[in-house]
Amino acid sequence: MNWLRQLFSRKQLYNELSEEIQAHLDEKVEELVADGMSREEAVHAARREFGNVHLIEENSREVWGWPSLESVLLDIRHGLRALSHSPVFTVVALLTIAIGIAANTAVFSVVNSVLLKPLNYPHAEQLVALHQVAPGAEGLADFESGLLLSPSMYFTYSEHNETFQSLGIWGAGTANVTGMAEPEQVHTVAVSEGVLEALGVPPAVGRWFSRQDQVPNGPGRVMLSYGYWQSRFGGDPAVIGRTITTDSQLREIVGVMPQGFRFVDADFDLIAPLAFNRANLPLAGFGFHGIARLKPGATIAEANADLSRMLPIWMNSWSNGPGQDSHIYEQWRITPMIRPLKQQVIGNVGEFLWVVMATIALVMLIACANVTNLLLVRVEARQQELAVRTALGAGRARIVRALLVESVMLGIMGGLLGILFAYAGVHFLVAVGPSNLPRLNEIGIDARVLAFTFGLSVLSGLLFGLIPALKYAAPRGSATLQSVGRTITVSRERHRARNLLVVGQVAMALVLLMSAGLMIRTFAALRKLDPGFADPQHLQTVRISIPDSLIPEPERVVRTQNAILDKLATIQGVKSVGFVSEMPMEGFDSPWDEIYAEGKPYADNTIPPLRLYKYISPGLLQTAGTRLVAGREITWNEIYEVRPVVMISENLARELWGTPSAAVGKHVREFLNLPWSEVVGVIQDVREKGLQETEPETVYWPPLDKNPFVPVIRTVTFVIRSDRAGTVSFLNEVHAAVWAVNSNLPLASVRTMQEVYDKSVARTSFTLVMLGIAGAMALALGIIGIYGVMSYSVSQRQREIGIRLALGARGGDVLQMVLRQGTKLALMGVAIGIAAAFALTRLMTNLLFGVTAHDPLTFIAVAVLLILVASLACYIPARRATLVDPIVALRYE
Amino acid sequence: MKKPTQRDLFPGALEMMILRTLKRQPLHGYALVQQIKRISDDLLQIEEGSLYPALQRLLKEGFVKAEWGISSTNRRVRTYKLTPAGAKHLEREVSSFERMLKGITQVLAPGEL
Repeated sequence: MNWLRQLFSRKQLYNELSEEIQAHLDEKVEELVADGMSREEAVHAARREFGNVHLIEENSREVWGWPSLESVLLDIRHGLRALSHSPVFTVVALLTIAIGIAANTAVFSVVNSVLLKPLNYPHAEQLVALHQVAPGAEGLADFESGLLLSPSMYFTYSEHNETFQSLGIWGAGTANVTGMAEPEQVHTVAVSEGVLEALGVPPAVGRWFSRQDQVPNGPGRVMLSYGYWQSRFGGDPAVIGRTITTDSQLREIVGVMPQGFRFVDADFDLIAPLAFNRANLPLAGFGFHGIARLKPGATIAEANADLSRMLPIWMNSWSNGPGQDSHIYEQWRITPMIRPLKQQVIGNVGEFLWVVMATIALVMLIACANVTNLLLVRVEARQQELAVRTALGAGRARIVRALLVESVMLGIMGGLLGILFAYAGVHFLVAVGPSNLPRLNEIGIDARVLAFTFGLSVLSGLLFGLIPALKYAAPRGSATLQSVGRTITVSRERHRARNLLVVGQVAMALVLLMSAGLMIRTFAALRKLDPGFADPQHLQTVRISIPDSLIPEPERVVRTQNAILDKLATIQGVKSVGFVSEMPMEGFDSPWDEIYAEGKPYADNTIPPLRLYKYISPGLLQTAGTRLVAGREITWNEIYEVRPVVMISENLARELWGTPSAAVGKHVREFLNLPWSEVVGVIQDVREKGLQETEPETVYWPPLDKNPFVPVIRTVTFVIRSDRAGTVSFLNEVHAAVWAVNSNLPLASVRTMQEVYDKSVARTSFTLVMLGIAGAMALALGIIGIYGVMSYSVSQRQREIGIRLALGARGGDVLQMVLRQGTKLALMGVAIGIAAAFALTRLMTNLLFGVTAHDPLTFIAVAVLLILVASLACYIPARRATLVDPIVALRYE
Repeated sequence: MKKPTQRDLFPGALEMMILRTLKRQPLHGYALVQQIKRISDDLLQIEEGSLYPALQRLLKEGFVKAEWGISSTNRRVRTYKLTPAGAKHLEREVSSFERMLKGITQVLAPGEL
């Protein structure tokens, strides 16, 4: 640790040295005076004999120091001074860098939090989602979630697996909580045994569920989220053992999960145990997400093989009922495709985030190019200073280092400033970012982001410092000393670096504008699509659930729903009302099932394609603005009399019977042993799962049904068309209307269809905004770059232009000459940019809709725009060139 | 950035002379300079100041120790003293110098060529 002591005691060492030298001089002076010299003479003599005090002190100090470190410190001091001498340059450069770095830091913090950081569970790398696909099940291919697990599958997997530490199934839902101030619909997660064990996050208070909590008809138990515990129970630890009423059932609170605990990607208020009657489970019921923790060392491939091995066990152990072939599912070709849980959570957002990141990185490159240009001009102006330093014996390496230190410092200072901006930027991103972005709540600036920023600062400092440093550090000594201020015509070679930079900038700006243009075209294409509902701004949606503990009889449920509709219709300004099991793009898990059509042959032991099932009330189509293509709506009478009627979507009608009108009067049924239902109407295709997804083939059932499994739909979305939709007074009246029918019913998902629509295109619009910002920045920086280079070039060529004018060139000739020079650069940039864009925009194919990655219109429009803007940026310096007065220009030097 | 110092000595000569002088008795900087000058009969034209970087090198290597004290002329001075390591270093340097000198003398001796 000797060097450490030296480091800290160095100051003292230096002081002692100075004192000692001073003492030496004093002693000498006194001796000389004693020999009879005058004091003044003695001082001079002593100094003369001693030598250069300053140099000797420096040489002595160097003995102790790390000479290289100290001279770097010196370079830094020198650089700071140089920067403070040209404040305009420094401010412009710093702001350019800071904004670039801030944008990159902000976006990287999103990339880092969403994509790079492990999930917030212990040993999160062992967690997997039990994803499986069934390529043999027609219709299911549309499912993003693949084939979910059935309870019997869960028991099979849980009991026979060899690769998992623990394994369970879960589902997200809602529940009505009553008995508190107001009835409230809360988000719930239902979990089987094994789920909490797999996640491995201990409760903050209380305990997990025990095996006794997971038996059918056992005692009702529930766990709370930290947020729900805080807001409804004030964080009281004595809450354990108290009861709350969910869906009219009393449940005892056994535990509270800690702050920051998220259930995979679901926000939840309550966790309830799943309780299955193991003895009576069918094979089917594919409605649960599977989650598991791998044994240490087990791979996903091994786990997949493990699940595949257990599928025959599953089919042999359970049955869908007497006489049903258990091996019917072999036709589905169920294939386990286990994914890391993280992949399940972040979904396909990675691609979109990387596109945004790449975009912003390009902006940074353009910004660096601009700063390089500034530095080039600056170094050129400092040639004299550099020449003096060279003459004084500074080597090439020393000057390169000094210049690099200066630019790296510029980078680091820009980075520091950038971090400040980045904090604001992160807030901005979280605010405008898609609210359905996974892990949104985790986004923040952490050590890794700061390290990234630091690295970026240093790297960009080196990047924009290297070209000027290498270019001007060459020892030119006396030549430079003489030639400064006597340039006649700028040599090609001297301008090459700057021109290359401008070409690069234009090319990169073109790529960015191109991608922004493609996003605009995508957005426009999406906007033009008919989503299957109209004028969403004036459509109010409210979701209401009637639990069977509150109203057991199916018919009374529908009567209550009908009464709510009637009450809602009386609100002032309401044009029409209706309800449906779910509105398009609402994002709820919807039921899918097979359907048998009249007159179609079905082979034994095969399952017909799966269709989306929806349940709608009369009036819904008119309210939502969904077109009836053929036939008529189902009536209330038919519903209450449980008449076998049904409606289908246009694409299903075409598939089964060729045309919509041909479908009216035909029959379909859900199971072979159920009576036929008559198709009374055909409804337009609806973009149920989002604008970019294809419209699923859909069957619209009446809300009350003979089907013994789903006799009535208890959770529905009420849709109200009114110009007052979304206003506070209107919502108050909606609440009052619902509670006038039944005061125990909470209202959930209160929003307009516009909000639902916006959320479903949020990712596209966010990409559009980000690419738009990046494109605008790139364009602005590019213009500044061209303008700067042209202005500088004109100012350097003043003398030449003066001579040309004196020799008889007209203003127009000069204008043309300068414009030609600028446009040539722009054209080269555009050409390179088009080639690059051609290769790069292909990477964003998945983000595009209704437009190809090589859309000629966008390419031409952007290229023309860029050339026009570039010419404009050249015009101003060109114009100035024509105003050069030959006499002044020639006398100038 | 080495300034051409007025040093006609070979590298290490100054250090050797300092060590040799300090071997006799501990001295402070000024006295050390005067001593070396006197002993060398002012033959060696050295800047007085050039002693100090050499002293710092020796301090750093641990060949000499320095202590603040009061001189005979009643000044606050830093007195340098040879350490055992310094004594050993001096011996080594002197013997290698003598070998070198011997070599040079032989080459320079007249009549051999």
